[in-house]
Amino acid sequence: MNTTKRQKQRKVLLMGKSGAGKSSMRSIVFSNYVAKDVRRLGATIDVEHSNIKFMGNLMLNLWDCGGQDGFVENYLTHQRAHVFSSVAVLIFVFDIESREFAADVISYSSIIRALAEHSPSAAVFVLIHKMDLVQARLRQQLFDERTEYIRSASESFAPTVEFFATSIWDQSLYKAWTQIIYFLIPNARSIEGLLRELAEVVEARELILYERTTCLMVTHVTRDVEAENPFSDRFERISSILKTHKQSMAKHTGIPAGSANFAEMQIKTGRFMFFITRLTENTNLAAAIPPSEQVFNAARINIALARPRFAELDIANKPRPAVQQAFAHSADSGWEGRERESAAAGFEG
Amino acid sequence: MKSTHPPLSASQHSLVPESQLVPGEPSQANPSRLKPGAQLTMMRYLQDLPDAEVPHTEPVPPRFHTGRLPNSKAGDGKPRLLLMGQRRSGKSSISSVVFHKLPPSETLYLETTTRIKKESMHSFMDFQVWDFPGHLDYFDPAFDVDNIFEEIGALIWVIDAQDEYLEAIMRLNTTILNLQHSYPNINVEVFVHKVDGLSEDYKGDTFRDIIQRVQDELSDNGYENAPVSFYQTSIYDHSIFEAFSKVIQKLIPQLPTLEALLNSLCSTCHIEKAYLFDIMSKIYIATDTSPTDIGSYEICSDYIDVVIDVSEIYGWPRSEQNGDDENLTETGNNDAESLITMERKGNNYLYLREINKYLALICLMGDDSPAEKKAVIDYNVGVFQAALKQVFPRAERDAADAPAA
Repeated sequence: MNTTKRQKQRKVLLMGKSGAGKSSMRSIVFSNYVAKDVRRLGATIDVEHSNIKFMGNLMLNLWDCGGQDGFVENYLTHQRAHVFSSVAVLIFVFDIESREFAADVISYSSIIRALAEHSPSAAVFVLIHKMDLVQARLRQQLFDERTEYIRSASESFAPTVEFFATSIWDQSLYKAWTQIIYFLIPNARSIEGLLRELAEVVEARELILYERTTCLMVTHVTRDVEAENPFSDRFERISSILKTHKQSMAKHTGIPAGSANFAEMQIKTGRFMFFITRLTENTNLAAAIPPSEQVFNAARINIALARPRFAELDIANKPRPAVQQAFAHSADSGWEGRERESAAAGFEG
Repeated sequence: MKSTHPPLSASQHSLVPESQLVPGEPSQANPSRLKPGAQLTMMRYLQDLPDAEVPHTEPVPPRFHTGRLPNSKAGDGKPRLLLMGQRRSGKSSISSVVFHKLPPSETLYLETTTRIKKESMHSFMDFQVWDFPGHLDYFDPAFDVDNIFEEIGALIWVIDAQDEYLEAIMRLNTTILNLQHSYPNINVEVFVHKVDGLSEDYKGDTFRDIIQRVQDELSDNGYENAPVSFYQTSIYDHSIFEAFSKVIQKLIPQLPTLEALLNSLCSTCHIEKAYLFDIMSKIYIATDTSPTDIGSYEICSDYIDVVIDVSEIYGWPRSEQNGDDENLTETGNNDAESLITMERKGNNYLYLREINKYLALICLMGDDSPAEKKAVIDYNVGVFQAALKQVFPRAERDAADAPAA
């Protein structure tokens, strides 16, 4: 296999003022914490490194940088090259309730300068956090104001920096992280292509690929009518639903939250049918399909058959199984045919 | 309202859209807010049927397992749940969380109730929830006491366990003694509320102390064995729903029948625990008679949330003329059903089936009931559903109306 398919190490810096909510956010997204558990977290001392395996072929090298002034000073001076070199993504967290917003922004721009110096190609995501503490009607206005001000301080990153309003109490956190993750996944395009084909075959209205432990969306495919779905935030809502359910199952069954995974969830109603099932080692696939038993059952089988193909994209280093072998038990010859075609076309990332 | 605890995770995904989170707004009595999100399939419209006024064609013989009839003159009125207690004890928070799905953290913004708020709940049975301001004295001659208490189903007295409760107990006793003469059949339910903020030991002590004081004082006044039940509740976990479930169950005349039906379903299908839930309020109106633990109730209640939330996302009305699936026969079932199989728990799984517009059956399946036998279970649940129709004639009428609607 060529080098592009090897596991990618991506360095992600998580920065922001002390108490802004960096570690809380990290614990919720990556460590199965419930929002109310984060009160237990203490201040982060210096940098906490964590390596998070995401989707098999992506290794997030997450640097949770303690935000107390002394530490920040240190990052910017002694450790400048160490901290800021070869960064893929900088996530900067602002506390919306902070009383020294101007000072926060000054600190932000010095960090941005250091980043521009050592990793000019990095992407910057700014999260305006703790939005739940602001009254609902003021949220948008305040967010816009802050965004504008921060953008003006973003120097060379100003055109590309992305802003998100987040809160650990609702799905906004997942929305932001989904975007970040999407940016980092090396072969998102090829996964998307394969998913689109699968959607055609199983006649799904929508297929959504979720990472298993974090419940973050990797990518999705929406077909036909479903594009008109009025819930444009449905992906992160489902993320949040899945995560909450996982925690509830863990709590009441005594299984550790990391492994309280369901094998399958089905919901059938007169308007739609929906199921989530394990697709690969690291991913779950959610499928929304028309309300028909035949389509539902066929889709389940076809998705089960498509697993090896996705497994291949997922875990890069494993040798690729022969396509014919993987589909030896294929019930749907049409699917198998397409499968060969696409295999021939190649899915190199 | 001193408690500043964040909401339980279960409530997170039932967040109402931003626009509805405007503080103060949810407290307005607006019955239409009770509807969204409560239905599993949107094919079933919640009509405002005038059923409440129509007596059952064939009245169910009064077999209250409490041995008491609700105090209703005509026997066809809506049972009434009265929420009373000291001011700031959490009455409005309770009714918002239970009946409006308000996230518990948002209750901090609720304004003080200044007049009686009456809300009608249309569900498997109609009932009204009256939220009383804490500072009023209802036995003031200016109040029409008869009007308040004549239709009563249960009087829920909320006591703030984190506050001085002596005065609350005094007022509770006055109320009970006053009511005892004119309305001896009232179920008095005492919610020892906000227990989430107390330590385990202190919680138990407070609870016992309150029970002791209420009963002592009542018997001092010559009222022995008062029909008063006590519950420890908190809006930050499921205890408030559990308590409401028990309160409501006392008002259901068909309860013994339901329990018998569930028992036989459980034994036939190897179900570990079955609950009959009111979808909207997540109150369970019956369960089989095997011992209940709050854990399994919580699993089921969280599971309903999952199903409702997903249904809300994908159940939006699609325009039918879109011809992409014209060659498919739409065989989707009218009754929503759902299934979760767990990875680590062997054969254990959760099963949900919509029974009628208002009710859903949720089963925790036992170890020896593999998912392959689901067809058998489906059938048995169908039988159960048919039996239930005879118990609740109203649901049957609704089902007959549904295709026309």
